[in-house]
Amino acid sequence: MSRMKFLCDAERCIECNGCVTACKQEHEVPWGVNRRRVVTLNDGVPGEKSISVACMHCSDAPCMAVCPVDCFYRTEEGVVLHDKDLCIGCGYCFYACPFGAPQFPQAGAFGLRGKMDKCTFCAGGPEKDNSAEEFTKYGRNRLAEGKLPACAEMCSTKALLGGDGDTISNIYRDRVLKRGKGSEVWGWGTAYGPPAGGQKPAPAAGAKS
Amino acid sequence: MIIVRGAVAAAILAAVILPLSGCGESEQVIVYKQGKYQGKPDTKPWDNDQFKGNQAQWETAIKTRNQAQNEYIRVQ
Repeated sequence: MSRMKFLCDAERCIECNGCVTACKQEHEVPWGVNRRRVVTLNDGVPGEKSISVACMHCSDAPCMAVCPVDCFYRTEEGVVLHDKDLCIGCGYCFYACPFGAPQFPQAGAFGLRGKMDKCTFCAGGPEKDNSAEEFTKYGRNRLAEGKLPACAEMCSTKALLGGDGDTISNIYRDRVLKRGKGSEVWGWGTAYGPPAGGQKPAPAAGAKS
Repeated sequence: MIIVRGAVAAAILAAVILPLSGCGESEQVIVYKQGKYQGKPDTKPWDNDQFKGNQAQWETAIKTRNQAQNEYIRVQ
C-alpha cells in the first residue's frame, strides 16, 4: 500500500508558481485561500532557493491531534483529509500545523472564519467520489481517477514530486546521483553545455562547487 | 448509655480520620485520549465507476503516473 507524500527539489524549483495556479484552477479554490504556495529563501540574492509548500500529509499530523471536533482522518494511502460538515472553523489546526497548510475563507468584513480548507492531495473528501458535493467542498478527486495531484503532475521542471513516498524518494535519489552537485546542477555548464575542446570555464567569483 | 458511647467513639474516629483524608494522593495529571474520527466514512479511491473496486488496476495506474515524473526514464 502506497503512502502518499510530496517532495520538493529546491535545486529545480524556479518559483514559477505553476503548482499554485494548477491547484487553484483544478479545485476552483476561492479568493484568499491558497492550498499551495511557493516559499523563497534569500529572495533576490544569487543562489536563492524556492520550495513549494502545502499540506505535507504528516504521518503523525498535529492538526489531527488538536482538532476539538475530530474532523480529520487519514486514508489508507496516508492522505490526511477532513470532514467540512464537522469543522467549526476554530483555527486550532492552523496554529498546530508547522507548514501553515490549513486555510480559512474570510467571509464578511470582520474577519469571520469559515470552515477550514487545505490541500487534499487531490483526493477529495468523505463524499461520493467525483460527485458535485465533493467538488464543491473539497475540489476534484484526481486520486479516484487514477491520477496524482495536479500541482506535481504539471510541474514544468519536475521539482515537485507527488505520489508514493518510496517511489518519489527513489526518483529524487536517482536524480541527485546523476546530476552531481555544485556548478553541474545549475550555472554556465548546465545552460550552455560543456566547453568546447574539453576546457573548463574559469569559475566565477564566489561560485559554488 | 451504649448509644452515647458509640456516638462518642464515632466522633473520635471521625476526628482522627477526616483531617487525614486531605493527605491522600490523587492523580493530578490529565490523561488525554486519542480522539476518533467523528465524520462521515470515506470510500476507497478504487471504489467508483472507473475502477469498479479493482484495487490492482488503480495501483497500476498510480505507479505509472509515479514513474512518469522521472524524466530520466521518460527520455530513454
